[in-house]
Amino acid sequence: MSQATLRVQKISGHAGTVPGEDTQRQELVCKLIDTTTCIGCKACEVACVEWNDMPFSPTTFDNTYQTMPDTRWNYWNLILFNEHEREDGSLQWLMRKHQCMHCAEPGCLEACPADGAIVQYTNGVVDFQQDKCIGCGYCIAGCPFNVPKLNTVTKRVYKCTLCTDRVSEGLEPACIKSCPTGCLHFGTKDDMRDLAAQRVKQLREHSGFTNAGVYDPPGVGGTGVIYVLHDATRPELYGGLPSDPSIPLMVKLWKHPLKWLGNLAVVGGAIALFVHFLRYGPKARDEEDIRAAGGLP
Amino acid sequence: MTNGWVDIKNTDMMLVMGGNPAENHPCGFKWVIEAKKNRNAKLIVVDPRFTRTAAVSDLFLQIRSGADIAFLGGFIRYAIENNRIAKDYLVNYTNAAYILHDGFKLPEDDGVFSGFDAKTQSYDRSTWNYAGGDASGKLVGAPHVLAAAAHPPGTPAPLPALPEKPAYDLTLQHPNCVFQLLRKHYSRYTPEMVERITGIPKDQFVKAADLFTSIRKDGDTKKVATVIYAVGWTQHTSGTQTIRTGAMLQLLLGNVGRAGGGVNALRGHSNIQGATDMAGIFDNLPGYLKVPNPADGSFEGWMKRLTPTPSKPTQWASFNYWGNTPKFAVSLLRAMYGDAATKQNDWAYDFLPKVDRNYSWTYIWDDMYNGNVKGLFAFGMNGVAIGPDTKKNIDALKKADWLVVGEIYPDETSEFWKAPGTSTEEMKKIQTTVYRLPCAGFAEKDGTFTNSARWLQWKNVALPTPSGCRLDQAIVAQIFLKVRELYQKEGGKFPDPILKLTWAYTDPSNPSLAEVLKEINGKTFADAEDPVTKQQLKAGQQLPGFAWLKDDGSTACGNWIYCGSHSEAGNLTMRRDASDPSGMGVHQNWGWSWPANRRVLYNRASCNTDGKPWDATRRQVWWSEPAQKWVGNDVPDFKADSPPKDHMGPFIMNPEGLGRIFAPLGAFVDGPFPEFYEPVENPIENPLHPKQTHNPVVKRFKTPDDKLGTPKDGYNVVCTTYRLTEHYHYWTKNNPMNVQLIPEPFVEIPAEMANEMGLRGGEKVRVSSIRGEYVAKAMVTKRIKPMMIDGKKTYQIGIPIHWGYRGIAEDGEKTSKMPANMLTPTVIDPNAFTPEFKGFLVKVEKA
Amino acid sequence: MDASRRDFFKIATIGGAAAAVFGFDLQPAYAQLRTLKIARANETRSTCPYCSVSCGVIIYTIGDRAKNVTAQVVHVEGDPDHPINRGTLCPKGASLEQDILNDRRLLKPQVRRPGGTDWEDISWEQAIAEIADKVKKTRDATFIETDAAGHRVNRCESIAWTGGCTDTNEFNFLVVKSMRALGVVHLENQARV
Repeated sequence: MSQATLRVQKISGHAGTVPGEDTQRQELVCKLIDTTTCIGCKACEVACVEWNDMPFSPTTFDNTYQTMPDTRWNYWNLILFNEHEREDGSLQWLMRKHQCMHCAEPGCLEACPADGAIVQYTNGVVDFQQDKCIGCGYCIAGCPFNVPKLNTVTKRVYKCTLCTDRVSEGLEPACIKSCPTGCLHFGTKDDMRDLAAQRVKQLREHSGFTNAGVYDPPGVGGTGVIYVLHDATRPELYGGLPSDPSIPLMVKLWKHPLKWLGNLAVVGGAIALFVHFLRYGPKARDEEDIRAAGGLP
Repeated sequence: MTNGWVDIKNTDMMLVMGGNPAENHPCGFKWVIEAKKNRNAKLIVVDPRFTRTAAVSDLFLQIRSGADIAFLGGFIRYAIENNRIAKDYLVNYTNAAYILHDGFKLPEDDGVFSGFDAKTQSYDRSTWNYAGGDASGKLVGAPHVLAAAAHPPGTPAPLPALPEKPAYDLTLQHPNCVFQLLRKHYSRYTPEMVERITGIPKDQFVKAADLFTSIRKDGDTKKVATVIYAVGWTQHTSGTQTIRTGAMLQLLLGNVGRAGGGVNALRGHSNIQGATDMAGIFDNLPGYLKVPNPADGSFEGWMKRLTPTPSKPTQWASFNYWGNTPKFAVSLLRAMYGDAATKQNDWAYDFLPKVDRNYSWTYIWDDMYNGNVKGLFAFGMNGVAIGPDTKKNIDALKKADWLVVGEIYPDETSEFWKAPGTSTEEMKKIQTTVYRLPCAGFAEKDGTFTNSARWLQWKNVALPTPSGCRLDQAIVAQIFLKVRELYQKEGGKFPDPILKLTWAYTDPSNPSLAEVLKEINGKTFADAEDPVTKQQLKAGQQLPGFAWLKDDGSTACGNWIYCGSHSEAGNLTMRRDASDPSGMGVHQNWGWSWPANRRVLYNRASCNTDGKPWDATRRQVWWSEPAQKWVGNDVPDFKADSPPKDHMGPFIMNPEGLGRIFAPLGAFVDGPFPEFYEPVENPIENPLHPKQTHNPVVKRFKTPDDKLGTPKDGYNVVCTTYRLTEHYHYWTKNNPMNVQLIPEPFVEIPAEMANEMGLRGGEKVRVSSIRGEYVAKAMVTKRIKPMMIDGKKTYQIGIPIHWGYRGIAEDGEKTSKMPANMLTPTVIDPNAFTPEFKGFLVKVEKA
Repeated sequence: MDASRRDFFKIATIGGAAAAVFGFDLQPAYAQLRTLKIARANETRSTCPYCSVSCGVIIYTIGDRAKNVTAQVVHVEGDPDHPINRGTLCPKGASLEQDILNDRRLLKPQVRRPGGTDWEDISWEQAIAEIADKVKKTRDATFIETDAAGHRVNRCESIAWTGGCTDTNEFNFLVVKSMRALGVVHLENQARV
């Protein structure tokens, strides 16, 4: 049986640069979620579970229409319901589709120590490769949106794949296709930003939402899932959407200075090796040499 | 729907009331969103709860369940007082100018119209009529009163006819003209009165009225508004009249017949529009032919009662399409009885059962309770869960001899004999034989559904039935053929209709549904020619449309409004051409739409009297001077060659040719103008006329299960039942995916009420009506607020209906196994006989 | 083996430095994806059985309709050509696969006898024969030919038919024909309620 593939542009836990990087152009794909036209019907939740053949997991009533409190390793897409009373006493029932944001600078990928367990394709989709996952859970800590979830039995982490199996064949993701009102939209990042901007303009000019705006947070380099919000100044109203998400400091510290040190060690090792060679000439190999080059990741 | 789903995108203004389309028709609701996004259309939502439709509205008003007529009456008053009406449309396309019989009286003080007889609780409706006029519309002599025709003793006097020439006043000034009486009638529905009845603060009400009628601001005739409703309007004792108030409002504003306008009923289920069309109901035959009654006496007598004659100003024309009724009736009888229906035997008129009383849903259960219905077929119809009054329905089934259930899942009705709380001893006393037959699922059957927009669409078989199951049509055919065989062998009571019914399918025990559709469409028995187009048909060919039907027996047609769906051109319901050249969402070549593939009903009214569209940017049909006929993007719902100068009315099914602001004579049993009456269980007395709180003609049933609660007995919380987007009636409780989305039943409780009760979300509550109780977890929410109803603080609660005692959650012991309809009363709308599932009284306690 | 580990490290190091300098490698990296599960499945156009929007759905089944295959559903998705739903579905339509493939389906005729406390199996032939017999006996015992005023009414008031919301037009026509022929007047449908 044929197996589809996608080209990779970022790899977790990988030495050096990504092979083939920048040799082929590709548009970034993007989901646009217009929360102002979301009716919380959960068609996207069903489409996701059905398309991905995920098992049914039990739920219990929790004083809300929301299916479950949070996404699960086998439930990647959840509408968050929030009743919000405005200053004038009127009510807003805010509904937001919560799922992987497919960040341009993914915290999960940054944090992941396993080579190739998390990749970012050239179309911008961030995907987990469970066969390479070591179950350490660093990606969970690295994600500013609380998305990846661990299956405690298989010790693998799962999340939305942006339906790579569909997208790679030219189809839209399952959730996008199902959405009855069209509050979900799929296309290139540029087009989705355009559409979002138009909708925001309309909301400001015709619907009285003067703070309407687009959520495409720069702290993670922008996202492959962007929102139109009635009030972009208060994203936290929508089930705790972070107002200025970024990769957690610990992950940055963990990865960047160490990586720098590692790189320094590589280059330093090479120079030392060269100097050593010039000064002492060839020498039978020994353990010391290996240690000298030990900065390699 | 007068219009269609996609057509909603053409609107400027939407009133969604008595419906929750975002939750119950999500994919149709996309066209509401499209109108908002592409036309900046405004969405007003009026509902007892802040629903998911309200979540995307521009204006939401919380109304008391059952108070809709007061609200809409207030809209009518506001539109008239602020001159936000479509004057030309009103004068020319409605009966606003007609002058009424001077014996007609409004229910101003005593709450009843003229002709009320308190003893029989019914109306003599003979004064609900137009006055007769001369050729120029002037009143002729004495008020128009026709002597009641001679009628058999013991039967009600037949109603007089409409005058052939009504009196009218095109200036709309005559004090007894429809428009002036309309104004007078609704003058009582002030914003203050609306607030007292509905609980909507008057400033909010005025804001909504101003927004909705703003489409007719400053004489604008271009803009258009739509009214969208569902069973939130229907399921009340005032249901039909509520819908009528909405229709009158739309006529007043000139919105009917126009793209983006209309009165749009969102039918609940996949094919209840088709079931209504096909008359799987006691009072109709296919194509909205009223069933014969015993007093008709003959085919001719039946036709005389059913076939109207025009009632219109001399200078105007009326197509009066029901004038063709005999053609539809003869063709139906020829389809049913073939050669056994002849002119000599009155087209087998004798074979049709005659009906002179009510046999509708609640009567079935009442008659069964009283031992008169002995056997019940329930095919995909879960009457115990559907209710109303589950307990009464279970008690009724215990008294039946036999029950045959055709289903795909185990349901409450087939297992009534082991309903929760039934002991083994009690079970042994129940003498009902129950057969449960496994049927086919939707993917295993072909045939057509008719959607809310009147589109017939063929669906294909995707996979075979699981072994052990049979196709529904095969089951019915096999039972019928077996019964016929018994009558052939043994004889019996009046066997003729059974023996002579046409059943000429290739496989009689498993009829091909394509063959049945051909039978419904109809054929000609003789060569025929269209006098205008000269198109010819050979004997035996399928009919191209209902214009070909004849009353001489030379045509057969199972349902005249479906004639044209399967012509010689093939099965048009299979068409899949999605093209839409006008861009207005007409989709003329997708499936097939009744009548005659017209997509927007009354579309002649989209043009002014000169035959030009009110709005040139939304052209549907128009008069073509060169072609001397009506042309356009849709099929004209009109006599195609009737020029505007003939002034033929666009409402071709009415004898007036006009939209009825006033509904004369027998149209409705409880009033020609809608009047607000309280639900049968009322939290307050009717502020309009406290001595006549309820609709005076609503029938009360009398079994011991038929009890009504009052605030005096402690039932003071208004309760409404409804559906969730995650579930479908009593069906998806068997689907693990839907159960995962909403796993358990719940009751929506206002946060303020919960505080008073010391109740937290997730705790159990017991909701009791005088008929029964319901226990489920509480969903405490800000989305239902306390209301001031006639100065009295009143709470409303809501119960989604989707659970019973058989389902995944039920079998998993996750619910209290009580259908919500344990609570609802057996009372019905007097016109449509739909039960009052909404707006009854309960009390709420912690459980 | 004489090939030195030191050599390997040298190459790796220099190679890594080269990649870092030039910014690309001519051997691109690919990740394998799940196969599109409907790529070879059969498509049947149908209509959603739930609400009255009548969304077009595509039922994907295994096999290519060859004679030796019993089709089974693998997926249900909206029909993008359909003018109303344009490929979209609601949470009920999107879960139709679970309606078709459902282990709660009734799979055999059953009867509950008078006084019975459980279901018993019954053959189709037996069930239909018994039902037909009851229909005839009930009808013959209660049929009303004339009413009190002497009018011919030819009706059977003791049998009721209640039909469901997903009955097709064609099925409904068969019901109307056969029930009216029996004289049934307690004829009702979900359309009312």
